[in-house]
Amino acid sequence: MIETRTSGMGSIYFVYAAILMIALVQVIVAKALGPSLWRMLVLAAIQAYLAVMFFMHLRDEKPSLRLALIPGTLFVLVMMNMIWADSFRLMVMKPFAK
Amino acid sequence: MSQADVAMEPLAVHSIGDHGPVMEERPFAIPSSKLVMWLFIISDACTFGAILFAYGYIRNSASDWPQVFEAASIWNSLLMTFILVSTSLTVLVAVKAAQSEDRARAFRWTMITAAGGVLFILLHIREWISLIHQGAKLWQNPWGAPMFGAAFFSITGLHMAHVLGGVIALMVVGLGYRRGRYAARHVEIWALYWHFVDLVWMFVVPLVYLLNMKR
Repeated sequence: MIETRTSGMGSIYFVYAAILMIALVQVIVAKALGPSLWRMLVLAAIQAYLAVMFFMHLRDEKPSLRLALIPGTLFVLVMMNMIWADSFRLMVMKPFAK
Repeated sequence: MSQADVAMEPLAVHSIGDHGPVMEERPFAIPSSKLVMWLFIISDACTFGAILFAYGYIRNSASDWPQVFEAASIWNSLLMTFILVSTSLTVLVAVKAAQSEDRARAFRWTMITAAGGVLFILLHIREWISLIHQGAKLWQNPWGAPMFGAAFFSITGLHMAHVLGGVIALMVVGLGYRRGRYAARHVEIWALYWHFVDLVWMFVVPLVYLLNMKR
């Protein structure tokens, strides 16, 4: 049986507290400074990184697995950003271009 | 030895006569079932990515997108985050117990995780009912852009369906592990899925709730 060497629960408790703290910070930042998309996304990305690396133990796997999973997924998600230009065009044309 | 067990065995490097090695070790050093779950997670991440980008597109192109979530909804979403992240912790306890062959403890923590998932769903349904009572429907609402309901209910509904699927899977695997039908790796693989559901929620809260907070 192949088993992944996993981190101890000590670091997991720390990550758990950190993720909850970031969730609280998100709400406070959204209320105090306004819910900027970039601020929200950066904080969510930090949470996601912690969850993937520690909860899902990706940092304990072989680097080849990380290399196989992460860049391809990020590439696909980044490519989905090509829609924005069109959505801005629609906003500028509202209600309709004459 | 079952076919599944054979599939779990590490591939050894064999020599046949003078022909040298004919099989290599697994490139990622994980069981194939775990790799399959990772691949599923990747494809599901793209699904959620697509639906969130579609939501962003609709939101961006509407000049009157509703800002409807009041403080009660925001605190409710924070409570749901607390429950879901906590269940990520409890499922890890279940995995640790399963890896040390403590079947009763693994079962107990798997069921606690599933109960947390059920609580999450109930809170979410309460949120839905509240919005529906305020007049939100799929294609119309009293606040502004009519697509708000479709976007909100489809994103959160898809996520809730994933949570429900995870709850069912965890209950099946937890019971099966206690009875000796499943191995520790099955608990670990479904724990991976559960963490992914948690991860998606980390993007749903800021993008769907906080960006549409009433100011």
